[in-house]
Formats: sequence, C-alpha cells, structure tokens
Amino acid sequence: MSDLYMTLASFAQTWGLLLFFFGFLGVIAYAYWPSKKKKKEFEDAAQIPLKED
Amino acid sequence: MPTAPAPTTLPRKSMTNGEMLLLVVFALLALLSITVMAKAHTSAYAFHAFLFAAASIASVFAIGNRYMDRPAELPPQTIDGLPNYNMGPVKVSTLLAVFWGIAGFLVGVIIALQLAFPVFNFDLPWISFGRLRPLHTSAVIFAFGGNVLIATSFYVVQRTCRARLAGDLAPWFVILGYNFFIVIAGTGYLLGITQGKEYAEPEWYSDLFLTVVWVTYFLVFLLTILKRKEPHIYVANWFYLAFIVTIAVLHLGNNATVPVSLFSPHSYIVWSGVQDAMVQWWYGHNAVGFFLTAGFLALMYYFIPKRAERPVYSYRLSIVHFWALIFLYIWAGPHHLHYTALPDWAQTLGMTFSIMLWMPSWGGMINGLMTLSGAWDKLRTDPVIRMMVVSVAFYGMATFEGPMMSVKAVNSLSHYTEWGIGHVHSGALGWVAYISFGAIYCLVPWLWHKKEMYSVKAINWHFWISTLGIVLYICAMWVAGILQGLMWRAYTALGFLEYSFIESVEAMHPLYVIRALGGILFLVGALIMAWNVVMTIRKAEPVAAAETPAGLTLAPAE
Repeated sequence: MSDLYMTLASFAQTWGLLLFFFGFLGVIAYAYWPSKKKKKEFEDAAQIPLKED
Repeated sequence: MPTAPAPTTLPRKSMTNGEMLLLVVFALLALLSITVMAKAHTSAYAFHAFLFAAASIASVFAIGNRYMDRPAELPPQTIDGLPNYNMGPVKVSTLLAVFWGIAGFLVGVIIALQLAFPVFNFDLPWISFGRLRPLHTSAVIFAFGGNVLIATSFYVVQRTCRARLAGDLAPWFVILGYNFFIVIAGTGYLLGITQGKEYAEPEWYSDLFLTVVWVTYFLVFLLTILKRKEPHIYVANWFYLAFIVTIAVLHLGNNATVPVSLFSPHSYIVWSGVQDAMVQWWYGHNAVGFFLTAGFLALMYYFIPKRAERPVYSYRLSIVHFWALIFLYIWAGPHHLHYTALPDWAQTLGMTFSIMLWMPSWGGMINGLMTLSGAWDKLRTDPVIRMMVVSVAFYGMATFEGPMMSVKAVNSLSHYTEWGIGHVHSGALGWVAYISFGAIYCLVPWLWHKKEMYSVKAINWHFWISTLGIVLYICAMWVAGILQGLMWRAYTALGFLEYSFIESVEAMHPLYVIRALGGILFLVGALIMAWNVVMTIRKAEPVAAAETPAGLTLAPAE
C-alpha cells in the first residue's frame, strides 16, 4: 500500500507536474499563437451565438 | 374522385430500442421498488420505495401512451435544411427552475427566521433547522441551479452546434429523472434520511439513480456535440462539458458507499477519517467550482453576447480562462480543512491553488464585462443586461473574497463564522442566481416566441428589490462573521476567554433579523419574476411570423 502511494506520489510530483505545466503552456500557445488564420478562426467562433437560423 | 392512399405506402410503426429498453427497465424498477417497499426497515424508506414504484409505473404508461400517439417516424433532424430543434424539454426544465427557485428561497427565508426567532422550529423534527437547512441548500443549488444548467445547456448546445438534441426519450429522462431525484432527496431530508455530508446528503439509492440520470445527460450532450454542423465547438459548450464530466466524477468519488442492506436507507462510506473529510471537500469545493462556476460561466459566455448582440470580448482569453480554471479549481478543496487533522502540506496546497485561482476568475470576469464595451448604454436601457453584468461583478467580488478567505491567517478568523455564509451568498445570490435570472428572462421569450417579457418594468422591480435584499444579506453576514470571529478569540488580561459562546450567539440576533429581511426581499423579487414568466407565456405579444426563426416554429409537438 505504501509502495503504491510512493509510486503515485513521485509520479505526480515529477512527470505529472511537467505534463500539466507544459500542457498549459500548450493551451496558451494554441490560443495566442500569432497567425492571421488562427485569428480569423477565433473571430468566426466568437460569432457562433449571434448567427440566426 | 379522391383516392385513399394505399396502405402499403405507410411506414410501419415500431418501437425504438430506447422505448423498449425503458419500458422493460421501468417495469423491473417498479417490481423491485414494490418488493423494497414491503420489506423496508424504516417507514421513510418505504415511502421512498413507494415514490420509485409510482414514478416507474407512471413512466411505463407515459412511454406507452407517447408511442401510441406519435407518428411512425421520429421527428426529422432538419426541416428545409434548418435544424429542427427540440425545445420541449428545455421549456419544462426552465419552468421547473423557476418553481424550485421560489421553493428554495422560501425555505431559506424560513431557516433565516428560525435562526433569528427559534420559536419558528415549532418543536417539530421534520421542520427543524437541521433538516430544513440541507433542503434549502439542495433546493437552490441542485434544484434551481441544476434545472437552469440543464435547460440552458440543452438550449445552447443545440443552437451553437446547429443540431437537434440527441436522443428521443433520453432528454426527457434526464429532465424528469433529475427532478425526481430532487423530490427523493428533499423529502428524505425532512424524514431524516441523510448521509450527513454537506451538499452530498442523499443516500445510496438516490445517488445510484442520479448516476444513471447524469450519465444519460452526459451522453445526450456529447452526442449532440458530435453531430454538430458548426465546425468549432463554442466555448460555452466546453464549460458545460467540464461541468457535466467533473460532477459525475465527484459524485462517484464522494458517494462510494456500501449500503447496509437493499432494504435499508443507510450506508457506510469506504473512506475513513481524514481521507473521508478530504474526499468530501474535494467534492464540496468542486461542486462550487464546476457546478456553480464552470456551468454558469457557460451561461455567461452565451447569454451575455447574445443579449448584447456582440461577440465575446476575447475568444482567445476564453480558451485560456477555461483551461486555467479547470487546471486550478480541482486542487483548492483542502482550504475547507485548515487547522484540522489534514496534513499541513495539503492545507498549504489548497490555499496556494485557491490564491492562483484568482487569476482565471478575474480573467473570465474581465472577458464577460468587456463584452459590453461600446454598448454600455444597454446597462441603462435593458434590465436583463444589467442583471447579468451585476452578476459578473459579483462573480469577481466573490472570487476575490474566496481566495482571501482561504489564506490560513484569514481563515483562522473567518472559518465556522457567518462570514462563510456571507461569502457563499454573495456568490450564490449575486452571481449564480442573477446570471440565471438573466438567462431565464432571455430564454422565456425565445422559447415561447414572444417579442419580449410581458413586463420590462417588472424586471426592473425584480432587479432593484433583490439587489437591496442581497446587500442587506451580505453586509449583515460580514458584520456578524467578523464579530463572531473576534468574540471567539478575545482573551482577558488573565488569559481567559472573554465571552462565553452564548454571548456571541446573542450578539447575532439583530444581524440575523436583517439577513432574514434581505432574504424576504430576494424572495419577493423571484415571485415578481415568476408572475412575469407566467404572463409572458400567456399574454405577451408574439413574434411576427416573418421574424420567427424557422427552426423554432417548425418544432413539432409544441
């Protein structure tokens, strides 16, 4: 039981932390990467609620 | 000469798999419930088994009758190329939200009066404060808030995906099943059935039933997204999805119980001691984070842009807002267990993540408020926008106050005092209820094809009366909380406690009276809304045919 705890804890404190940290950096990069195409895509997405059908 | 259509051209009518499955399931559930009813250990549990049996039998009849009455073909996904939205379940859930809101606020007023004047307990166990308090919290959070979330999620996911809600009976099962769960939970509290965990009071059998309902909810929502015509999944749907998935995980984790017997309402949790406390507050805080925050942020991201007729201030910020909130919220729970047996490192972790949460919270608030930039005049002219903007302002205030209270030094003063109640209500009344009222005021005319609510003036009255109520409520509780905290830690020169506990209780009385008054004003505001909703459906001016969104008018069976 304590072995399992140590294994999980050490994973969480190393690889888990890195995974979350870089994952979040990835999210920021995805949202803010300077690109005309991306900008257009997000502007279109923001219009979705305003479209009527 | 008219010719009768040849019978062979008619499509053969047959039951769908879902109809057959549900008929069998409900018939079996009815049999099981009757057996349990006969052998139940307590009369309260027998009553619940009776409710299950009655609801199952009613469901069998309802499904059968619906099948007899419906045409052979299920409603089409699109009509003339436009999505054929399924708004029936949304309407029912919206009305139930209004009903449960009033019920929950009313019970809140009663328990506020009980605290100010204990005689209102009437010495009856069923309506004592201890039983009515969970009835109030569950009624406002799960019944009112839950129905708002289910109604708006079913509306928003259809409109932003441009697709009909997935499933035929499934959406109805979600809404009626969820509300049946609420009846079971609420009557259980009054009869003394509880597992004693805050916001997770319902016992094992209600929990199991809710799990089935919730998984169905998840599938309906997800399958609707999967068949979307819109390439992008709008940000509101991300928030709804996070809310649905996380609540499922929290519910399962915190209700891992072993029942004493099939015939007993009691159960024991598998976690023990401090682990149980930690799981409970991991659940409890994320119920706040994902039910009362993520879910209602979805409302913010749909209804504010829609009502203000301009896109959200920054779509990019909304993506970062979403992921930052999801990453951080889940770790904040231990701040409910400061200075307890929970290890110090876990307490500090909870505090640290709570403070970090301030950033995404305010990022989201700014995103919501700035959506109005260039249209601030609408605050003056449109009380619905005003309600929603005030709600976002309260969101910002409550999410500043929360991290501050999670700091251990502040918590040593604020914990176990009325400050906590004040904080919760500035979030619950100011943020959750106001964004919900705003959404209801938008939804009701849209769903029933009316130009506007019956009385805009009444919306104004609702806004000002309930705002006054909130201000009275939270100011009274802040003063009460800090007063309590200071009285409890006051020492004399000789090192004795300066006040006995009962003296701090006595000092609360005037503040409890002010709080009850605030609650009454809030309830009055909600009653005005209920009247307005009924009048809108019955009497408001309909949208002219040409202006009606085609998808709505063609919806069948309405």
